[in-house]
Amino acid sequence: MDVIVCVKHVPETAEADIKIDSTGQTLEKTGLVFDINEWDDYALEEAVRIKEKIGGTVTAITVGSEDADSTLRKCLARGADKAIRLTDAKFIGSDAYAVAKILHSAIKGLPFSLILTGALSDDDGYTMVGPVLAQLLGIPHATMVKKIDLSEGSASVNRELEGGLEERVELRLPAVLAVQTGINEPRYVSILGIRKAMKEEIKVLGLADIGLSENDVGETGSWLKIEKMFVPPVEKQAEFIKGTPDEVTSKITELLKSRGLI
Amino acid sequence: MKEIFVLAEHRQGQIRDITFEMLAKGKQLAEKTKSEVVAVLLGKEVQAHAKALSQYAKKVLLIDDSRLENFNSKAYQEVLSSLIKEYKPLLIMIGHTSYGVDLAPSLAAALNQPIATDCIDLDLEDEKLSVTRQMYGGKVNVKATVRKSESYIVTIRQAAFAAEKPAMNGETVQKPSPLTQDITEKRFIKYILPPPGGVDITAADILLGIGRGVKDQANMPIVEDLAKTLGGVLACSRPIVDKGWLPNDRQVGTSGKTVKPKLYIALGISGAFQHLIGMKNSDLIIAVNKDPNAPIFNFSDYGVVEDLFKIVPSLKNKILELKGQKT
Repeated sequence: MDVIVCVKHVPETAEADIKIDSTGQTLEKTGLVFDINEWDDYALEEAVRIKEKIGGTVTAITVGSEDADSTLRKCLARGADKAIRLTDAKFIGSDAYAVAKILHSAIKGLPFSLILTGALSDDDGYTMVGPVLAQLLGIPHATMVKKIDLSEGSASVNRELEGGLEERVELRLPAVLAVQTGINEPRYVSILGIRKAMKEEIKVLGLADIGLSENDVGETGSWLKIEKMFVPPVEKQAEFIKGTPDEVTSKITELLKSRGLI
Repeated sequence: MKEIFVLAEHRQGQIRDITFEMLAKGKQLAEKTKSEVVAVLLGKEVQAHAKALSQYAKKVLLIDDSRLENFNSKAYQEVLSSLIKEYKPLLIMIGHTSYGVDLAPSLAAALNQPIATDCIDLDLEDEKLSVTRQMYGGKVNVKATVRKSESYIVTIRQAAFAAEKPAMNGETVQKPSPLTQDITEKRFIKYILPPPGGVDITAADILLGIGRGVKDQANMPIVEDLAKTLGGVLACSRPIVDKGWLPNDRQVGTSGKTVKPKLYIALGISGAFQHLIGMKNSDLIIAVNKDPNAPIFNFSDYGVVEDLFKIVPSLKNKILELKGQKT
């Protein structure tokens, strides 16, 4: 089975010190470490497992700048056979809709039975690219996918609902599946694997190569325009307990005792 | 008069909370834009739901079709497309839930109508839509404008708006189903219930919530020890379940449980909305995180900016000391 996996190169911000840049519309990227989007990492692993189980190919594709090559090399080292980077100055400012259009133009001519994406990306969290891509391709999709069972011409998947509940859904192939974290356990890549992947070719395509016009992409081709980025208003600011760890834990113990919790 | 559509979300005989939250916001926007709020209800034999919704909307649009018995994004998309083409509502509000994210983006693409997802606030001014959303796991908010259109689609984050008490007496209008054939490309098979048994974290008075900051499975005994010393139970955020370090009945948040213990200690949890929504109403919240900008501190009573491994063993010993069980 030929599987295409859409990945995104994103900054890791969960534990990073972040700053809004001088434009007031995005983050200051200097000093941030970039890696494959966490959800896409699970999608990639799932694609490679499908290949290992039933054969076929895995193609990793991304929309991004040259920096995204490190994420594509990770995909190649993990077991992807081909890597495609869609890069053009005109793509800058694209929202999830424009990104889906870019991916659609690049993917529609490729052979595939299954497209995997992460359910969302860690940075902007639109949860849109997979289902919009499916709609543009005219094929079914499922999001929040926690389990995939493939059979001839169809996929049975478990979708995560709320509160621990899941639903089983059957889709006709080809289809787009947007996976949720925890669907598998992504493997570590050996240094040797990454070194080997450094020599593999990454195919780079621009606006003209995929047959889109300037108006389809970037800010003009997008539905959403970010006007202003700001620090969220505080609902209930914590009172910070300061001091050495020893002082801090004494204060916490006192607090718990005064509240009758110990 | 223009309409604001609110898609009623229901499952297994229950209208879900997000529906009433959206109806409250929808009503407010309807007043502002001189339009009316309409609950759109798709299902099979859901008259009782229609009656309940009529107390919160000017109108309930009901489509009754056995093919709508269980949620199916493809079936919903076909029906909603047809209703939207007929009514041309100013705004279509859909929950940013597991159902909503399966439905709304492809609906928007099919209609070529702009969408803004996971909105925590929105405003309509001169038929122009602006929204507030979060990015980077809730570390920043953005205000965004949506490309001008005669109709917009939004998905609304759960618990972003408060539901209101029933105050209306809307009419129910049943429309014929626009579905002409069975949906074969995507089919609902069944619900899969969480495995029974295990620990009920919703019943615990003291919860020790752990997150990504625990770093390694080898560190689990350290936090387990503290939970035991406190007489509490370990709970967690999503990454811990994803890694298989705790079973999913310990997960707090949208895809897990909502808890309200007397004490919630958050260790190495950054505080993404998906987690916060499940624990922010705890009586007392103490958060320990290395990152002073972690969103968890905006929802906690007390915060400690420190490596959790410098706090946990010391705290355990202090509590044992207090209990006269110094080891």
